[in-house]
Amino acid sequence: MEKNDMLINIVLFSPLVGIALLLIFGRAREERIKWVALVSSLVTLAFSIILLGAFDQSKAGMQLENLGEWFRLGNYTVSYYVGVDGLSVLLVVLTAFIMPLAILFSLYHVKDRVRLYYSFLLLLEFAMIGVFVAQDLFMFYVFWEVSLVPMYFLVGIWGSEQRIYAAVKFFLYTMAGSILMLLAILWMGNHFGTFNVMQIKAAIEAAAGTPEGAFPSAVTELLLFLGFFIAFAIKVPIWPLHSWLPDAHVQAPTAGSVILAGVLLKLGTYGLVRFNLGLFPQMSVTLAPIIGILAIIGIIYGAWVSYAQTDVKKLVAYSSISHLGFVVLGIFALNAAGISGATLQMINHGISTGGLFLVVGMLYERRHTKAIDAFGGVWKALPVFSGLALVITLSSMGLPGLNGFVGEFTILLGTAGSPVLGLGFAFFGTIGVILAAVYLLYMWNKVFMGEYKAPAAAAHGDFALAPATGGGHEGDGEDVHADHGHDDHGHGGENPYPPLMWNEVTALVVVVVAAFVIGLYPRPFFGYMDASTNAAAAELSRYIPNQAASENIQAE
Amino acid sequence: MLDLSTMNIGATLPALSLALGACILLIIDLSVPKERKEITLTLSLIGVGVSFVITLLSLGEQGSAFMGMYIADNFTGMVNLIVLAAAFIGLLVAYDYLKRTGMNRGEYYPLLLMTASGAMFMGSAGDLVVLLVALELLSIPLYILSGFRRPDARSEESAMKYFLLGAFSSGFLVYGIALTYGAMGTTNLAEIFARVQAGQNTSPFLLLMGTALLLVGLGFKVAVVPFHLWTPDVYQGAPTPVTAYMSVAAKVGGFAALLRVMTLALPTFALGALPELAPDQTIIIHAAWQDTVAILAALTMILGNFVAVAQRDIKRLLAYSSIAHAGYIMMAVAAAGSFQVTGDDFGAPITSLVIAEEALRGALIYLAAYTFTNIGAFAVGMAVERNDATGTLLDDFAGLGRARPFLAGAMTIFMLSLTGIPLTGGFVGKWFVFFSTMNAGLGLLALIGVLTSVVSAYYYLRVIVKMWLEAGEGEASAPPRLAGAIAFCAVATLIIGVLPTLVTGFADAVTLALVR
Repeated sequence: MEKNDMLINIVLFSPLVGIALLLIFGRAREERIKWVALVSSLVTLAFSIILLGAFDQSKAGMQLENLGEWFRLGNYTVSYYVGVDGLSVLLVVLTAFIMPLAILFSLYHVKDRVRLYYSFLLLLEFAMIGVFVAQDLFMFYVFWEVSLVPMYFLVGIWGSEQRIYAAVKFFLYTMAGSILMLLAILWMGNHFGTFNVMQIKAAIEAAAGTPEGAFPSAVTELLLFLGFFIAFAIKVPIWPLHSWLPDAHVQAPTAGSVILAGVLLKLGTYGLVRFNLGLFPQMSVTLAPIIGILAIIGIIYGAWVSYAQTDVKKLVAYSSISHLGFVVLGIFALNAAGISGATLQMINHGISTGGLFLVVGMLYERRHTKAIDAFGGVWKALPVFSGLALVITLSSMGLPGLNGFVGEFTILLGTAGSPVLGLGFAFFGTIGVILAAVYLLYMWNKVFMGEYKAPAAAAHGDFALAPATGGGHEGDGEDVHADHGHDDHGHGGENPYPPLMWNEVTALVVVVVAAFVIGLYPRPFFGYMDASTNAAAAELSRYIPNQAASENIQAE
Repeated sequence: MLDLSTMNIGATLPALSLALGACILLIIDLSVPKERKEITLTLSLIGVGVSFVITLLSLGEQGSAFMGMYIADNFTGMVNLIVLAAAFIGLLVAYDYLKRTGMNRGEYYPLLLMTASGAMFMGSAGDLVVLLVALELLSIPLYILSGFRRPDARSEESAMKYFLLGAFSSGFLVYGIALTYGAMGTTNLAEIFARVQAGQNTSPFLLLMGTALLLVGLGFKVAVVPFHLWTPDVYQGAPTPVTAYMSVAAKVGGFAALLRVMTLALPTFALGALPELAPDQTIIIHAAWQDTVAILAALTMILGNFVAVAQRDIKRLLAYSSIAHAGYIMMAVAAAGSFQVTGDDFGAPITSLVIAEEALRGALIYLAAYTFTNIGAFAVGMAVERNDATGTLLDDFAGLGRARPFLAGAMTIFMLSLTGIPLTGGFVGKWFVFFSTMNAGLGLLALIGVLTSVVSAYYYLRVIVKMWLEAGEGEASAPPRLAGAIAFCAVATLIIGVLPTLVTGFADAVTLALVR
């Protein structure tokens, strides 16, 4: 027991230890830095798996908790309160799983300001794990906002030519949302006299039956709900608050995109489940149809726009909007199947879309372009790579036997059977699945099949197919990249597609294996979350009119 | 006749020792040769240290001196600590800058000590007359310091502008004091409150006018819109170390006085009889001046932040940002005008000071965090600035991240702290200020506050973008003292952000015990 008490702290703070080691070892030799970072992220992964092992699947509430006082002022105490339930423990493991992949990919591709780069990656990991385990509103907000800073720098320093615009837009857009959440958090803290999420939740559940209710008025509850919802909706992103995402994704370095898609967007969906459903059940029930419609629009819009893209990375970025629409749909189905499916789909999307961004990154490192038209017949040059890419594409599409199918199927099942959404929503969701097949297969077909396309000319600097390299001094980083492509891969030679390096193969194989494991044997994953999602759904059902009535009849 | 035993001079020692030290130092400095001014610096640092120790030793004592004209309580103590920290860093960053720009004249240090003691007296004034004297003690040396780069025209303009407008605002303050005296027959803060409470407010209009003029006079000192117009020019023209120190010390002193006057003398004036309440019913009542202060706060935040966006010079940018921050602290002042009233078992109203105390503490924590952050930011500006006072444009920060990663890193921390990103002191300050504003029932004001802080993120980010994302020379010179001060400020900013206990511990002891 004693050992398990500290476990969650170890998982949370191990990336910080990694940063400290980076700063110590990095001084002597730059070469070592990346290995230190990789090992550090693997250690975090190992501890998170131990955490998973220590997790008791039969319990619905928080486990492996740590509760202490952080600081206090007057009558208010801000606690250091960390803990996991079935939802957050899986997301912690996802974070720890995606991070080594991102670092693995970066090993030979990032050569500029290496120490800073890996420090920011590990800082990001710390903040993201923090968001998933913090059970105090103050702490949660701290981690939530801190996660902005490293991502901002990752996009801003190591991104493509429009990186400054994208980084600033990402920062301001997200901050504008979260600052409203801050007001809601402050209001909650004042009203309930604590920032402890579990205590607030208990107070709200206790007040549910009473005539006064938990909140002074429905309008107050609506405003609070929106305060949280808008912050999360921007992060997810839910249509129409998505416009930062394509910019950030396209401009971010590959590892940044992988983490952005893999984990960062899940901060939003996690928040929706934990705070919007958890603290405002009544409002969630009331607004579920509206949010369901937004989710449907997101699914179809994302797919539609994806299909229209000429840039591979943008295509994958818009596909994220579509896929996360499913997750939101599942969450606001407000039943066990929907929430479980959404949770699994969060993980699936992390793996599949993270994998797709790795594929795009590897293509880019070889050809220095992201334009779909520039590619063709990659299959002939790199059959193994293309095969792995196909599996990842299919998993993102939701082919049975792979991970995406299980999540989407469960979500649609939950949506169809949902007392607040119903069959109509499931129907439009299904259209989204079909559209996903269309644009993803179109992409794969154009890039990997068809006529073999080599770069137009071999002359130095003629990456004519690439979007214009940034002009003037802003293009510095880009030029470095380009040169290195030349030297390492003999880009000007006859083969524009040098074989995969060991780190790239490893990253892709790990993604593919994960896709198969979840696709063929999802039972254990549902096992972890079942108790928590059932409890959440049972709590929500008290607020759904028909259901509550029918239960009363049964009781009589 | 005067009976010294009732004077309780000991209570005033922290500020008094500093003022005396400054006078002695002024004489000693005459015999310090021009090239050995580090002696004066060291002596003045020792003076600040001594005062700091005395303050620490006297913390927790509750008392008054000179028959209620000077109040020594935890509020005084915390204000003293903040001012002394500002003075210490302000002295440290000044030396090398003064030396390399050829203005290393010894009177700089005693003058700075005098302004510090003025700011400390402002926080402890128990009487409007003392307040006025303290304000002048704070201001007059600052006018001189602003013109320290003579015969540089911009510096002289800065001093002239500051002096003229400052004298003008002192006039408002004096008039306000006179009207208040006319209304209440006393200038003692606690006595004013007692008389208002006892229903002796013979002419509410006079008191209202007096309060308004006090607000104008002090609002000028802390640069609240619409009394802010001097700020950008003075901040830009004054030598940067003076600006760094002034942007903090004058603000701490001004807000300390404002909080003291508003919460001690005028908390509930014009309140009349409290309403009948049902048992256990809780309502929030608002002081008569609260709306005015809230509107000033909103205007200040909006104007400061939006105008800062357009700035291209780091000193002007920080000037507008300091106006914006005055707005955030003004929010806490507004919040200090709310009182919670609960009906007891028989419906008789019981006034609680919880909200006002929270606001008071929030303002102090904000000021503490702001002190380290803002001086630190100006100090980095000093490192980048060239000897001829050029090099203060944002463009001069380009490439700093590559050339001087530690300077740029520290500046990044300061900018994030001013934005209010967690794990920095600025966030902790904002958290408490917003929290007390929400609790005071001023949700709309808090909303304006958070929205304008998104605007502020834009221009603070621009500094970060310049340093890290744009290529440039990144020239800077940070000699050990300056570098040490910057590192100290950065660490302090982070410590307040990660372990706020260190500041909240002091703030927690601040109460409104004198209000009964």
